[in-house]
Amino acid sequence: MIVGLDMGGTHVDAVIIEDGRIINTIKKPTNRDNLFESIWNTLEELLKGYDKSKIKRINLSTTVSTNAIVENTTSPVGMIIQSGPGLPQDFLACGEENVFISGYIDHRGTVVENWNHEEIKEAINIFKGKKINSLAVVTKFSIRNPSHELEIKEMIEAENRGNITLGHTMSGKLNFPRRVYTSYLNSAVYDTFNDFSNNIIKSMEKENIKAPVYILKADGGTMSLSTAEEKPVETILSGPAASFMGINAMLSGDEDAILLDIGGTTTDIFFLADGVPLFEPLGIKIDKYKTLVRAIYSLSIGLGGDSSISIKDGKIKIGPKREGVPYAYGGPAPTPTDAMITLGLMEGEKEKAYEIMKSLGKKLNMSAENISNLILDTMANMIKMKVDEVLKEINSQPVYTVKELLYGKTIEPKLINIIGGPAKVLAPILEKKFHLPCYYPDKYEVANAVGAALAKPTTEINMLVDTAKGILTVPELNIYENISKKYTLEDAKKKALELVKESVLSLGAEEDQIEAEITEESSFNMVRGFFTSGKNIRIKAQVKPGLIYDLRGDSID
Amino acid sequence: MIYEVIVLIKAKNRLGLVFFPAFDWAISPTHPEREERLLYTQDQIFEEGIEDIEGIKFYNPIIACKEDIQRVHFCIPDVDSRVTESHLISVGGAIKASQAVMDKEVDKAFALVRPPGHHAQRVVYGDRGFCVVNVEGVMLERIRKEYGPLRVAIVDTDCHHGDGTQDIYWNDKETLFISFHQDGRTLYPGTGFLDEFGGPAAYGYNINIPLPPGTGEEGFLYVLDNVVMPILEEYKPDIIINSAGQDNHYTDPITNMNFTAQGYAKLNDRLNPDIAVLEGGYSIEGALPYVNLGIILAMAGIDYSHVHEPDYDRDRLKQPKDITEYIKQISEIVYSRWKDKEDLRIKEFKGYDQVERTRQIYYDTDRILENQSQNFKICKKCSGLNTIKSQSGEGYRVFAIQIPVDACSKCIDEGYRLYKNPKGNYTHVYLQDRVNDEYHAK
Repeated sequence: MIVGLDMGGTHVDAVIIEDGRIINTIKKPTNRDNLFESIWNTLEELLKGYDKSKIKRINLSTTVSTNAIVENTTSPVGMIIQSGPGLPQDFLACGEENVFISGYIDHRGTVVENWNHEEIKEAINIFKGKKINSLAVVTKFSIRNPSHELEIKEMIEAENRGNITLGHTMSGKLNFPRRVYTSYLNSAVYDTFNDFSNNIIKSMEKENIKAPVYILKADGGTMSLSTAEEKPVETILSGPAASFMGINAMLSGDEDAILLDIGGTTTDIFFLADGVPLFEPLGIKIDKYKTLVRAIYSLSIGLGGDSSISIKDGKIKIGPKREGVPYAYGGPAPTPTDAMITLGLMEGEKEKAYEIMKSLGKKLNMSAENISNLILDTMANMIKMKVDEVLKEINSQPVYTVKELLYGKTIEPKLINIIGGPAKVLAPILEKKFHLPCYYPDKYEVANAVGAALAKPTTEINMLVDTAKGILTVPELNIYENISKKYTLEDAKKKALELVKESVLSLGAEEDQIEAEITEESSFNMVRGFFTSGKNIRIKAQVKPGLIYDLRGDSID
Repeated sequence: MIYEVIVLIKAKNRLGLVFFPAFDWAISPTHPEREERLLYTQDQIFEEGIEDIEGIKFYNPIIACKEDIQRVHFCIPDVDSRVTESHLISVGGAIKASQAVMDKEVDKAFALVRPPGHHAQRVVYGDRGFCVVNVEGVMLERIRKEYGPLRVAIVDTDCHHGDGTQDIYWNDKETLFISFHQDGRTLYPGTGFLDEFGGPAAYGYNINIPLPPGTGEEGFLYVLDNVVMPILEEYKPDIIINSAGQDNHYTDPITNMNFTAQGYAKLNDRLNPDIAVLEGGYSIEGALPYVNLGIILAMAGIDYSHVHEPDYDRDRLKQPKDITEYIKQISEIVYSRWKDKEDLRIKEFKGYDQVERTRQIYYDTDRILENQSQNFKICKKCSGLNTIKSQSGEGYRVFAIQIPVDACSKCIDEGYRLYKNPKGNYTHVYLQDRVNDEYHAK
């Protein structure tokens, strides 16, 4: 038995899956004032009458951290930032207190100038005075050499018991401003998330549930609760990932594809490249912060079944606002749902829907049926325009080699997979607009919870080997070790695959499910003077998001 | 709670960046022009988060075509034999950067591309000074073709004399070429002296400022403020291109100057180029990451005062007094020659109806020696038909004819007549008709 739960802004959905079949589902409203209770009540009701000892795992997608950030209820953070030469530093100030310190580590991880004890002492006093207990220490190029971050942490820990986020543990990617913001957010939501996880653990003990709990990440993978407690920032914005995984669980796609989740208020757009999710190049943006949190690329537009429709300059305008339920259900404004009901494509109060379409049609001298058709056509056009626009952008991402420029991969969708209320109605229209086959599942209502339930652990590592210095680094795993000067690209690839597998096992993966792969590799001859001094090897490896199993076909009751 | 709203960093000038490090291209594994060259620059650009700055936009190169090359060069025997995909992409990167400016998608653009190009002259037998195709030249002629006539100033800030670009625009008054560089008596390619002043139709519009080894921030900025900027003010170009070599840096392994990342940033801030194109620069760890960052920030109008090398030491890099004095004198001479260029032109060419320019050109990278003689007709109606006779050790005997873009009908006719019946025994004859944008070879 696997339990999946997705907490959205308005609803909590949960499912129990056993032997590839959904055996129970539930949908409850979200209580924004008590997110833990929303989850726990939903779980209790879902599991009533089931043997709790048979639960193998519980996968949760929660908005606990996201809400805290968006609603400004995070803890105050004291930031220690070492920015060295480069861009001005004031724009990095994101904490309650920001202390900029001296010292510098360069792009190869060489310590150019040491940090200063006095400055840290002063920072500690400032934070103490303001009773700030959540701290973050971030230095430029710390992923190349984390020694300053580690040493400073050690000094602070002698006096302060709060949580300290170190920049290099957030991601192995280069981008100092994002490292600063990501570290800040991690410390800012640390208490919020840890309260939440403590509640979960206590309640599970009380109910005698022994199954491990996993938390969904924005990249479509899961992590153990204890990892999430250390890196709560990874739990932000997992909703779109749940929806993405849900679509994938229900509909197949092994090639380039467009994935759409058309809801009441918004349409979420995703892409598959050869069946693998397309990721944000660096990380997701939350509120005003660009982060290094790995995430599935998703784009949300204000267009859904309940979007309000108006006529502007003789043209139909749909969304981006939702003013309430569709007119046919007593709402204030006409919506695409009303158009679908009018055309008999959806169940509902046909008389009311017809009435509003007729009055809307009058403004353009059209019949209720004609304007209904035009509304659906406009909706499909809006989706097509947005998809084309972002595809163009995605396909012009910078490349850095002659080979990639000449023969690089571009995404050319071969099919569209859609879920959501209007999916069935819009599929034939979208099929014509895109000239691509469109698929939708019979039932989609709990797709997000299914996606959460079936998600597997994922991980990504960025390895750098500098044989001139004789070091191998993997910031994500806190590995900074000495290697032989003869270390080769092949050695590095082998090691990277081993490490990424090990790492994902520790996150709760099962041996037979692991699909580890090298996603980027390069090896540069380093020449100093007239002699080759070493090799600079760079490798990215990942375990990509996947499903424990898919529910494709008619396995959904 | 979130105490402070973060101030987003924003570019004052919208800046287009073509960053194409060509990580899979090298002249040879240990050559300065190797895969590793822009690796640490990329690290720095990524780590600084340049791609997240509002107003900075990255572009991929387009791939230049054969016609683009033939508009500028005579490749011997033909384009395909001398020019590789890598060259077409490097040039394509510069073209993309300039198109973004011309289309007003951005205010300025910087093409960080390789291989470089400023040593590539009109005739191309192979690689010299790491260059085969003149990146700025091919870029500029393509945008002139696409967007119409432009009055352009190219300022070459590479440590080596931009002899290729000088050769291409030698007789073109619509393209002012200014190069300041380490004195040719002390560095490759051994040219770039004051008396290399342009052809008869553009005398005075090719300006060289040879600088002594050891020139530092003070000297470069003095030349900029006292020679380059006043000349640009008088010339009034539509666009300014910086041929942005970075080998004047104090850590460069193959030159002897003392310029800095701060200096390069200030130079670009004051020069205010519309387009910059990377040329040389081989201190790949100690200089390029910081110099490129400085240029990017200066062009985008972002505070660059914190950009400096980790080992930067102002006192150690202070320019000696005698060098400062020497540079002042050179600057005075160059500027007064610019002022007197009309008189100097009359003195130089009075009574002539054509000018010969005979040179030996050495292709250091490919070890080819070329003997070349260029002939410029002095025409009252246009800048005049010009021809090149060239031979190399490989047995080529070449006759190349250029009909310049402003050619009069008489010069056009004569160009075609010469192409039909060249006087002499040649293995290859070429005609570059810039009026009709045509290229012929036989």
